[in-house]
Order: sequence, then C-alpha cells, then structure tokens
Amino acid sequence: MADNKGAGAEKEAVTQSTNGSENGARTLLGVNIDPDEIKKKAQMDLKAIQAPTKSEVYKSIFRVKHDQTARSRTLGVLSNVFLHLHPAKVNRDAVRYSFTWGMGGISFYLFWVLTWTGVLLMFYYHPTKVQAFRDILYLEHDVPFGKLLRNMHRWAAHAMVLTVQLHMFRVFLTGSYKKPRQFNWSIGVILLVLTLLLSFTGYLLPDDQLGFWAVTVGTNMARATPMLGHEGPFGPQLGMTPFNDVRFALLGGSIVDANALLRAYIWHCIAIPGFAATFMIVHFWRVRKDGGISGPARVMLESEIKPLRR
Amino acid sequence: MDWHQLWTIVSLPDNIPIVGMLFIIPFFTWYGLRQAFANDRLAEKLSNDKELARTHHRKAHPFRKGWAREVSVWPYLLRMEFLAAVIVTIILMVWSITLDAPLEEPANPSLTMNPSKAPWYFLGLQEMLVYFDPWIAGVLMPTLIIVGLIVIPYIDENPLGNGYYTYKQRRFAIWTFIFGFIILWSTMIVIGTLIRGPGWMWFWPGMTWDHNRLIFEINRDLHEIVGITSQPWIGIFGGLVVGGFATVSGYACHRLITATEFSRKILDRMSLLQYAILQALLIVMLALPLKIAARLLFRIKYVWVTPWFNV
Repeated sequence: MADNKGAGAEKEAVTQSTNGSENGARTLLGVNIDPDEIKKKAQMDLKAIQAPTKSEVYKSIFRVKHDQTARSRTLGVLSNVFLHLHPAKVNRDAVRYSFTWGMGGISFYLFWVLTWTGVLLMFYYHPTKVQAFRDILYLEHDVPFGKLLRNMHRWAAHAMVLTVQLHMFRVFLTGSYKKPRQFNWSIGVILLVLTLLLSFTGYLLPDDQLGFWAVTVGTNMARATPMLGHEGPFGPQLGMTPFNDVRFALLGGSIVDANALLRAYIWHCIAIPGFAATFMIVHFWRVRKDGGISGPARVMLESEIKPLRR
Repeated sequence: MDWHQLWTIVSLPDNIPIVGMLFIIPFFTWYGLRQAFANDRLAEKLSNDKELARTHHRKAHPFRKGWAREVSVWPYLLRMEFLAAVIVTIILMVWSITLDAPLEEPANPSLTMNPSKAPWYFLGLQEMLVYFDPWIAGVLMPTLIIVGLIVIPYIDENPLGNGYYTYKQRRFAIWTFIFGFIILWSTMIVIGTLIRGPGWMWFWPGMTWDHNRLIFEINRDLHEIVGITSQPWIGIFGGLVVGGFATVSGYACHRLITATEFSRKILDRMSLLQYAILQALLIVMLALPLKIAARLLFRIKYVWVTPWFNV
C-alpha cells in the first residue's frame, strides 16, 4: 500500500508540472480534456495493476480466489478443468510416494510427452517407401533439435512400457483391483495392450532394417492364428491364403511394404491414440467414481471377513 | 569370457530398458514387499490384541490424535505430481541427449537381420516361439495372458488386502502374480534380449556371438522317445500325456489352493465357474515352464502331435 501512495504522489507531481497552475478543463481539437479526471483514472489503473488478483481480467480467468484458506484450495482444484479430475482432498498417506510409486501418473505424463513429440515428428515425416527413411535422416542431421526429438519420442515410449507394467504391479500388490474397482483393472489391462500396440506400430515407421524385421517377425505370428491365418490350425481348411487372411488385413498386403507402412502410420498416429485416450478417460473417471485411489486403506483382519452374500 | 561382446549387448541403446528392468523390477518388488511385511506384522499384533484392534488406526504409518485424516490436493498432491513431471522430464532429456535412438540401414526384404528380434517387450513372446508353435506362442498365449489379467478381479474372492500391501493375507495371489510377471514374463524378456544371439541360439553372457556356430542337438518328439511310430496312436498318446499333465497339475494346484485353513475359506467363497477358470489359467501357466524345461533339458520338441496341430 505504501508503494501505491508513493507512485501516486509521483504521478501527481508529474501531471502538476506539465499542467502548471492551471487546473481547469481544456478543449483540444474539440475534445474536452479534464486533467483531474485523467489523473483519477490513471490512479485507478495503477491500483488495479498493483493488485492484479482483484481485476476483472484475473477473476474472469481464474474464477476463484487463490489464498491459503481451505475453501480456496478446494475451489482451486474443483473449478479448474485440468485439475478437476482430482478430488479436493485425499487420504493423508496416499500422497506418500511409497504407496503409489507414481507410476500411473508418470505413464500419463509420458503419454503427453509422446503426443507432443509425436505431433512435432509428424511435421517432418511422410509415410511412404520413398521418403520415410530419408525423413529420418533429415530429422537426425538437418532439423534443429530433430535428433533430440526423435530420441525423446523413442525413449519415452520405452519408459512408458516400463511404467505401465510397474503401475500394474503396484495395483496388484495393494489389491486395488478388488471390489469396487474390478472393472477399472480390466480397462487398465486394455490400456496396457494399447500401450504395447502403440509402441509396436511405431517401430516400423523409420522404415529401417530394425523396424522392418521386427514387424516381419511380429506379424508372421498372425499367419498362425487359428482359423484366421493361412498357417494356423484349421486355417487352410477354411480357405485362408496369404492373400485373404488376418495378416493380409494387418499389412494391407502379403509382405511388409508400402501399404503396411501407411497402415502402421495411421494406427500409430490416429487410431490407437484415439482408443487409448478414450479408455484413459474412462480409467480416470472410474478411479474417481470408485472412491478415489484405494489406499493406503486400514488393515483388515481375517476375523473380520464378512460372509459372502450371493 | 568375451567382455566386449557382453558390453556390445548391454550398451545397445535399445537394450537400456531391459538393463534398467534388471534393477528396477527387483527394487520395486522389494519396495512393495517391505511395506507388505510391515502391514503383516501390524495385522498379527492386532489380531492378538482385540482391544488394540478396536482403537488402532490400522496402518503401519504413524498417526497421532488431532492429525487430519485427509489433506488438500492443492498443494500436497499437486506439488508431488509437478515434481514427478519435472524429474521425469530431466531424466528423459539426459537420456535423449546421451543416447541416440537406433537407426539401421534402409529396410531390405532380401537381407535378413540375424538375429532379427522383435521390440524388447515382445521378446518374451518371441522366446516362446522356441517352445511352441506360432499359433500357441504368438496367438493363444498372448490372448490368454490378456484374458487372464482381465479376469483376475473376478476370480479373486479374497476380500483381504484391499487397498494396502500385504503378503500373508494374499500369499497365493502374490506368488501367482510374481511367478507370471517376474519369473515368466520378465525372465523371458531378459533371455530373449541378453541370451539369444544369431540363429536364436543360446549364448551365455560373455560368450562370443559366433554367426557360424553350429549346435548339434537333435530335437525329438516325445512319442519318438517312447517308440510309437504311427498315427493315430501318436495323437492318442500325446493327448493322454497332455491330459495327464492337466490332471496332475490341476491336482497340485488344488492342493496348493486348499493348503491352509484360510485358503480353504476363500475357496468356499468361489463359484464353480470361478474355480474352473482359475484352474485352467494356472494349468496353462504351469505348462509354459514345463515345456521350457522339457525343451532345454531333454530336447523334446512336441509332446502332442496330431495331423492338425502340434503342442
């Protein structure tokens, strides 16, 4: 407040010196100019600048006060679109790292990192046999930070496969899949599969020997699908050939070639991220609906098991 | 001992996650089980002391009267999340600056890579190809893994250990998961990455990856060892062996499931369907290490040979 006064006084001094002793309204090119009025308005603006949290602009953006009262803290979380998936309060022991390991949240964060770096990579990449490999070379040698971008995308993908597995391990060890969270565990398993598929479809995209043979090995297994693959049990009897079986559908051909590259690209960049995002929404929503994270819950004793009602 | 070979495999940028896994998974297993044992000690103390059980806050973490049971998400949780994001970003940055993503020569269908390996997280499945035909290793087993994981909550009727670490209250579940996740899944990934070399041959750590190495091993089918030479007896014999295995391992699993009074109590809560699904999954899960042992130790290729499929 002291600052406020000081600044105001200074401003006053400045206006006085320019106006001299005359303080009445003047007319300039037909516009009325009242120095007192201008001074007042300038002081109002100055006050507003010094207390930005009281301005209409601030209120319109943040909606609630952000002081240290419990109410403000609660509202700060609940009225923010990005934070409102959180509850207002959590179990005091649930914020311990030792309980959650943070792997679910880290997986989600890695998904975001992958989305961002992936979008940036898409700017430089053409999913065609002629250009795909050259684009990677271009990225590595000419695009500013292109190599960093590609490295980050790949390592974040590896890390995500690992963190998703560790998340599942933790959820299992704490028995968090038990009632009422059974269904959310199943959603989680689907997300694990989608994570693996995302990683796998991305493998082919550089169109190098590594990706080509990895995807060849991977999709060759589809040949052996019972009934749907031309080398699987009962496949040939049902009319499966290399040109109409499930592998053909995956690759868009009988070998890993241009169509397979395009299909991998579309699965990788559009379809699977879309499915994954959808399942993630359900996953997070169910975490809240099923009562927040599972614990650390109170230890239950064997003698306290209630008889089962069917 | 070829240290250079070992270093070449271990330092391959794409293998970093597996080398990391060798430390991270044991660490988190210890980290989780340590808390499980702490809770088990508490549970034992409480079940011996009824009075304490009534008043205790029931956690291994300290709690005093007057402490709030809940804390605000802002700042207590959000600052943790922010910190985690910052740390992960730093790790990723350092990782991306120091190690380059691999890029081989342009794809060339006429030049097969040797060994040609799937991405590391599928190496467990690729390793299974040694022991089973592709329709089992590449299609049936992955499907069963996914289905098996999805049904876990629907067949686990043990109400204890919901939301806290425990070992004693969920011995069977924990051992099953550790067996599947660490002993089968993770170990096979490690074998596929670090052990398997050119020609998908077994190279112990430190052995040189010799592309000209020949192994004179004759894989035989079980019926050949026994001396059966013609269908349909081969098929009938194999069916009996597989059926026999299912019966024996099913019986063994049943003994395990009913080993203690507590586990019998849990079994009583299970429906017939739940029990049948549990048994089927356990038998398939046990078949895997058994087939691995049969193949690696006794050079048995197929156990059950029929005109349509081989197991």
